[in-house]
Amino acid sequence: MSAVEKEVAAGRGSARAIAIASSLGRFLVIAITTYLGLLAVTFFIGRVIPIDPVLAVLGDRAPANVVERTRREMGLDLPLVEQFYIYVKNALNGNFGTSVLTTNPVMTDIRRALPATTELATLGTLIGALFGVPLGVLAAVRRGSLIDQIVRVIGLIGYSVPIFWLGLLALVLFYAKLQWVAFPARLDVVYEYTFTPITGFYLLDSLWQGQWDVFYDAFRHIILPASLLGYFSLAYISRMTRSFMLNELTQEYIVAARAKGLSETRIIWGHALRNAAVPMVTVIALSYAGLLEGSVLTETVFSWPGIGLYITNSLQNADMNAVLGGTIVIGSVFIAINLLSDLLYRVLDPRTKVR
Amino acid sequence: MMMEKFALRSRILLAGAAMSALLLAGAPAGAVTPADTLVEGFAIDDIISMDPGEAFELSTAEVTGNTYDLLVRLDLSDTSKVKGDLAESWTVSDDGLTYTFKLKPGLKFASGNPITAADVAWTFERVIKLDKSPAFIIGQFGISGDNVTEKAKAVDDSTFQFTVDKAYAPSFVLNCLSATVASVVDAKVVKEHIAAVTPSADYKWDNDFGNAWLKTGYAGSGVFKLREWRANEAVVLERNDNYYGEKAKLARVIYRNMKESSGQRLALEAGDIDVARNLEPNDLDAIAKNADLTTTSAPKGTVYYISLNQKNANLAKPEVRQAFKYLVDYDALSSTILKGIGEIHQTFLPKGVLGELDENPFKLDVAKAKELLAKAGLPDGFSVTMDVRTGQPTTGMAESIQQTLGQAGIKLEIIPGDGKQTLTKYRARNHDIYIGQWGQDYFDPNSNAQTFASNPDNSDAAKTKTLAWRNAWDIPDLTKQTEAALLEKDAGKRADMYKDLEKKILDTSPFVVIHQQLEVAGLRKNLKGFALGPSFDSNFVGPVSKE
Repeated sequence: MSAVEKEVAAGRGSARAIAIASSLGRFLVIAITTYLGLLAVTFFIGRVIPIDPVLAVLGDRAPANVVERTRREMGLDLPLVEQFYIYVKNALNGNFGTSVLTTNPVMTDIRRALPATTELATLGTLIGALFGVPLGVLAAVRRGSLIDQIVRVIGLIGYSVPIFWLGLLALVLFYAKLQWVAFPARLDVVYEYTFTPITGFYLLDSLWQGQWDVFYDAFRHIILPASLLGYFSLAYISRMTRSFMLNELTQEYIVAARAKGLSETRIIWGHALRNAAVPMVTVIALSYAGLLEGSVLTETVFSWPGIGLYITNSLQNADMNAVLGGTIVIGSVFIAINLLSDLLYRVLDPRTKVR
Repeated sequence: MMMEKFALRSRILLAGAAMSALLLAGAPAGAVTPADTLVEGFAIDDIISMDPGEAFELSTAEVTGNTYDLLVRLDLSDTSKVKGDLAESWTVSDDGLTYTFKLKPGLKFASGNPITAADVAWTFERVIKLDKSPAFIIGQFGISGDNVTEKAKAVDDSTFQFTVDKAYAPSFVLNCLSATVASVVDAKVVKEHIAAVTPSADYKWDNDFGNAWLKTGYAGSGVFKLREWRANEAVVLERNDNYYGEKAKLARVIYRNMKESSGQRLALEAGDIDVARNLEPNDLDAIAKNADLTTTSAPKGTVYYISLNQKNANLAKPEVRQAFKYLVDYDALSSTILKGIGEIHQTFLPKGVLGELDENPFKLDVAKAKELLAKAGLPDGFSVTMDVRTGQPTTGMAESIQQTLGQAGIKLEIIPGDGKQTLTKYRARNHDIYIGQWGQDYFDPNSNAQTFASNPDNSDAAKTKTLAWRNAWDIPDLTKQTEAALLEKDAGKRADMYKDLEKKILDTSPFVVIHQQLEVAGLRKNLKGFALGPSFDSNFVGPVSKE
C-alpha cells in the first residue's frame, strides 16, 4: 500500500488510476493466496486428526456396512489431493458442503451464528472503547496517581484472569443471586413464539418491530456477556491508550500549545488524543476482530449460539465442512476489518491523504 | 468545545461506572417458566436427524418416544414384555414366521390423516430401503430392499403382516419392533416431501423417501408433536390433540441445549428451567439439599466396562483377564465417583431386560489377583496402556483402576483423549485397554449378547464388528450359543440361556463390566408426574403437569 501511495504522491497524477487498479490487483492476489493457504492448512489438519469423520455422522452404533457406504458417500475413500480439489471446486461455486451436526448447509448455519457473535462483539467493543479510552487518557495524564494505579490493576486483572472463571462468577452473582440479568441464552422461552428475527441482531430487530419487551429481554440476556467481553477489551484498550498518550504528551507541540495558553482540557482531549487516535483505531479494530472470531469460552459459558461455539463444536466432532466454512468466513472478516481500519487511518491522519 | 463536552460526558460515565451496571440491570427477574410449558435443560447436541428411520442418538430417542407411536411398546410395569401401542392385538403363526397385527380403531396422525396398515407397511419399506444406522434392527429378520414389500405388507386397512425368515423367539421380534426405528410415519405427509435421487451402486432407489425433509420435519402421531428442532439450540414439542390415548397435560415442552452441569444447576435454581438433565454428582448433591428442588433417577440400559485387547499377548492370557476383574475397587467407585449416577453391575445385560443375571461376584482382591498373575507367568506384573476419554466418570474410574492395578504390580499408563478420538482408536483395535460404555440398541437381551458374546469373524476385514471383535476375542462357541438363544420360543427358557451366557462372560471374557448408568434429573418441586423411564425412548413427558 505505502509503495502505491508514494508513487501517487510523487506527482504522477496521470498514473493514479493505474496505481489504484494495481493496488486493487495486489490486494486481490494477497487475499486469494491467503484464502488458499487458509483452506489448505485447515483442510489437511482436518484430515490428519486421529478422528474418523464417519463416526461424527453415524455415531458408534452404526453397523459396518452403513459405515463403509457413508465413507464412500463422503468421498473419504479418495486420495487426499483429490478430496481437496473437489472441495475447492465446490467452494468456488458457493457450495461449502453440509454440516453433519446440524444437517444444514454450512453457510446457512453461519448466517445464523454470525449475527449472534457480531451483536455481542459490537456491544463488547463499544463498552470497551467507551470506558477504556477515557480511563487510559486519565491514567496517562495523572501518571503515577491513584487513578493510574487503579487503571493498571483493572488492566492486569483483565489480562490475567481466565474469562470462563470470571464469567461463571458473574453468572453466580448477577444471575443466580441478584437476578439482575437473565439466564444464559439469547432470549427468554416465552419469546420463542412471538418473535421472528429479521437480521439476526435481536436488539435491532426488536427495536425495528417496536417490540419493547423483546428488546428489554434481549438486553437482559446480552448485557452480562457483553460487559464481560467489554471488560477484557477495556483492559487492553486502556493500557494501549495510556502508552500512546504518554508518548504524545512528551511531544514538542504540547509544549507549544501550553505556551500559547490553551486550556489543559483542550490540549489533552483536542490535541494529544487526536494524534493518539490514529494508532488507537488499529488497536480497537484488532480487538474488535478478535471478539468477532468468536470468544469460545464466553459463548460456552453463556450458551450463546455464536460462531466460536459453532466452530469449536464442529471441530470436536470432526465436522470438517463446518470448520472450513467457518474459517473462511472468519478469515474474510479479519481481512475486511483490517482494510476498514486502514481506511479509517487515512481519514484520521491527514498525512496519509493522497494529494 | 466538542472535546470538552466529550470530556464532561466521559467523566460522568466514569463516575457512574459501577452505578451504571445497577441502572442497566433493572428489576429482579423473578424467573418462572410459563405455566403451560415444560422447559428442560438438556445436552441435545448429539441430535443429527429427527427422522425415526435414521436417528440413533440418545436425545433423539427421547424426542421420538414422545412424538411417534409404535405397533408395540415396552411395558413399563414389566420391561421384559411389550404391550400394544397402535396395535390392539397380534398373533404369531404356528411356524413362527408370520406376525399379524390388528390396529386399534379410529387412530389418527397429528395431521388428522387416519393411521392405516398401509402407513405401517410404508414405514417399514422406507426404513429398509433408506438403510440408515438403525435399519438393521428390522433388517436382521431377513428383510431387504428387494423383499420388504412382501415381508411387511398391509392385508387390509387395519391389518399389518410381518414375515420373518426364521422361527425367532417372539419376544425378540416384538422387542425389536418396539425400537424407535419402527415408529410409524404418516405416509401421506412424508410422500408430499419426497426428493428425487439418482440411483447408484450404493443406493438403488430413485427417491429419498422424504428423508431430507423428515430430518427436521415431523409426521407422527405421538402424545406431542415436533414443532421445531434448531440444531444446538432447542427442540420444541407441542401437544397433539389427535393423540389416541390420554392427552398431554402441558401445551408444550422445550428442550434447551445446555451442555454444562453447573449452568443447568444455576438455571434450575433460578427457575428458568424446570428440569436439569446432565448433572454431575456435586451439582446433584446441592440440588438434593435445596428445598425448592428435588431429584429423580432411573437405571438405563447402558453399562460401563473396561476391555482388554486380545492382540496384546499379556492381556490374552486367561488368568490375566480374570485377575483384572479382581483389581477394580467396585465399592470405592460406587461410593465416590459413581455416587448417584451408577449402580455396580457386573453382568453385560442391564437391569430390566429379559434374562438379566443379578450377580456381582467380584470384589477388590489384590492377593487373589497376584496369585492369578503368578499363574500366568507374570508375578511381577507388566506395563500396559489405557485409552480414556477426558471427562467424568471415565477419568475418575481410570485413575482408581490405575491405582488398584498398581497394587498388583501392573503399571497402567493412561492415554487421555477426546471421546471420538479414543473411539476411533478402539474401533480400529489399536488399543491395549479401553474404558467406555455400551448402550443397548433395542430393549432385548440379544442387543448386548450379540455384541459382548458373539464374534462371527475375527479377521481385520470382518463384516460384523462387535465389541468382542474390537477386542479380538475369538469365540466361535459362544457365537453359536448367542444365535441359538434367538430361536428359543419359550421366554423362560430363553432367559435361562442368556443367564448362562452372562456367567460365561463373567468368568472368561476380556470385559470387566463395572456399573450400569443411572440417569438423573434435578427438578422443580412444582412439577408433577415427571419420571425417567427404563430406556432413553421412554422418558415420557405426556403425564407431566405443574402446580
